[in-house]
Amino acid sequence: MMILSGDPPRSRVLTLVLVVIILALAATPFLFPGAKALNVAAKICVFAALVASYDLLLGYTGSVSFAHTMFYGIGSYAIAIALYGMGPNWAAVATGIVVGLPLAALLALAIGLFSLRVAAIFFAMITLAVASAFQVLASQLSWLTGGEDGRSFQLPELLRPGTVLIPKNLFGFEINGRILTFYLVFAVSALMILALLRVVNSPFGRVLQAIRENRFRAEALGFRTVFHLTYANCLAALVAASAGILNALWLRYAGPDTSLSFSIMLDILLMVVIGGMGTIYGAIIGATIFILAQNYLQSLMGVASNAAGEAGLPLLPGLLHPDRWLLWLGLLFIASVYFFPTGVVGRLRKAGSDESTGSSH
Amino acid sequence: MTDLAANDPLPKPKRDIAPILLPLALAVLVIPLIGSTSSWLTLTAASLAMGMMIFIMASGLTLVFGLMDVLNFGHGAFIAVGAYVATLVLAPFAASIQADSLWMNLAVLAPAALLSMAVSGALGLVVERVLILPVYGQHLKQILMTTGGLIVAEQTLYALWGPQIIPMPLPASLRGSFILGDVAIAKYRVLAMLIGLAIFIAIQLVLNRSKVGLLIRAGVENREMVEALGYRIRRLFLGVFMTGSALAGLGGVMWALYREQVHASMSDDLTVLIFIVVIIGGLGSIGGCFIGAILVAMVANYGGFLVPKLALVSNILLMVAILMWRPRGLYAVTSR
Repeated sequence: MMILSGDPPRSRVLTLVLVVIILALAATPFLFPGAKALNVAAKICVFAALVASYDLLLGYTGSVSFAHTMFYGIGSYAIAIALYGMGPNWAAVATGIVVGLPLAALLALAIGLFSLRVAAIFFAMITLAVASAFQVLASQLSWLTGGEDGRSFQLPELLRPGTVLIPKNLFGFEINGRILTFYLVFAVSALMILALLRVVNSPFGRVLQAIRENRFRAEALGFRTVFHLTYANCLAALVAASAGILNALWLRYAGPDTSLSFSIMLDILLMVVIGGMGTIYGAIIGATIFILAQNYLQSLMGVASNAAGEAGLPLLPGLLHPDRWLLWLGLLFIASVYFFPTGVVGRLRKAGSDESTGSSH
Repeated sequence: MTDLAANDPLPKPKRDIAPILLPLALAVLVIPLIGSTSSWLTLTAASLAMGMMIFIMASGLTLVFGLMDVLNFGHGAFIAVGAYVATLVLAPFAASIQADSLWMNLAVLAPAALLSMAVSGALGLVVERVLILPVYGQHLKQILMTTGGLIVAEQTLYALWGPQIIPMPLPASLRGSFILGDVAIAKYRVLAMLIGLAIFIAIQLVLNRSKVGLLIRAGVENREMVEALGYRIRRLFLGVFMTGSALAGLGGVMWALYREQVHASMSDDLTVLIFIVVIIGGLGSIGGCFIGAILVAMVANYGGFLVPKLALVSNILLMVAILMWRPRGLYAVTSR
């Protein structure tokens, strides 16, 4: 209970699902062989943390930010540029962290002080504008960021796939640098999610929820809402930048498509909404469902598109083409905002509470 | 007597002219920096034309917000849809577009623009009923729903027209420039300026001189009061929403002709631009939107000429500067 900050999943099914997901992620290197499974698992970890940090903003303070990928990108690029420029050593990793995290926090502070001061609705528009400017900036400053190509880099010796830590003959599994990196990603993501859980269940988190419900009343109660909102914005930015660092370390690459593009922002929004806003646990569920679907359903779309094309159906091949993945995502997004505003977690919790009240009668 | 009340500015509103002076001052200030008068005139004309086009696209967004507190993140979709629909008319009649006769060109261009407006307006009806009606009064869900709408619209355009850039050549008679001495002003820019100005004046007349306009303005000030007086503000709002969508469609056609190409991603770029414009102008204010559009265009044109490196972030810097001065935009709508 302590580790969950007194905020358990509050639904038996949900607990079970979460336990299965976390165990499966932790055991991926041993259960599911192959590079793809490990990649998917690492991506789920990174996105679970990233989406949880976004949930702090969207679900707990009720402010929509479109700049979350910008912070994610800052983290990615900071570590990538440092490792690219200084070579594969730990000093470069440290430099990336020391430069990237404060930069993200400062930018979040500036945006927050600037736009949260007036009206919440400004925040969404201003973050969108700033994020798009940042995206253009990152692709234009090619001497620093590598432009559209991004930056590929080498990891420090310890984290490379070639480094064998425990040879195969000891346990029957080879533990190499790649697997160590995976566990690094897993552990840091888990820590960040637990920390976020702590934040939202603290008195500070309560104030955020009060602001979400009624900013005017929260202000009347004497809370400095701008301070709280800006603080939450900075915290979310820090976690997002850390997730970006993990992502870049895992991919050994940072580029506009993997860390800055607007479609990642939409992915995050969708994951939060599917999982359930304002729950933190929703982030884990949302990220898992979404990334599994993205990696394994998209190929199904290709098959369906070809089948429709061979059957001579008009329009359908175009609509089912794997590149039109976002179209179905958008429809799913609208449907889930409309029909399931509380997401999977909300649904499960509601089902659980109906059950328990039913049995007590 | 009632007419008088509608027409008269009530207890002498204080005229706030500082924002109007802003673009003028900016234009005058850059003269010494640019140096040559002819390039200054060309740049100013370009800014005005671009500003008018942005204004046409943004006007609907700001009114919709002002009237009903609805923030439509999918407004950019109407722009792209308008542009794509225009290609439906322009592509089959490419020959008459390339004919060197103004009337033949206009005979194709005008129906194309009208069709675009009709389709965008109709799409506006659908969007309002399907996406916005269920989430009235909930900002968070509005933003999410309309963002989803933007993705779906954009991807549908990709599925229907393919991901390639569609060229959209200017009609032959609108190419080239008017040459006055050593000043060259592109013909199309003059046309864009005229259309933009006409639409601005039309909007101002409707808002300030008609009963509907009176209701819209009253609704922006205080929605509940207008409802209490027995007007169906929802229907009024639907009308404004459809008009705004149609104008966005028209703006899309004009922008596509200006750039001479159509691409579904234009909705993304322009969404950011029109957001900056309505923020600068003050959400809900048409006059502010007009000045904001011209300011953004001026900064883009002058900035692009003087410090090309800065062009990327110039809009953001402009927005920051304006909001430092007036945190709610140039003309704050009082009730919000």
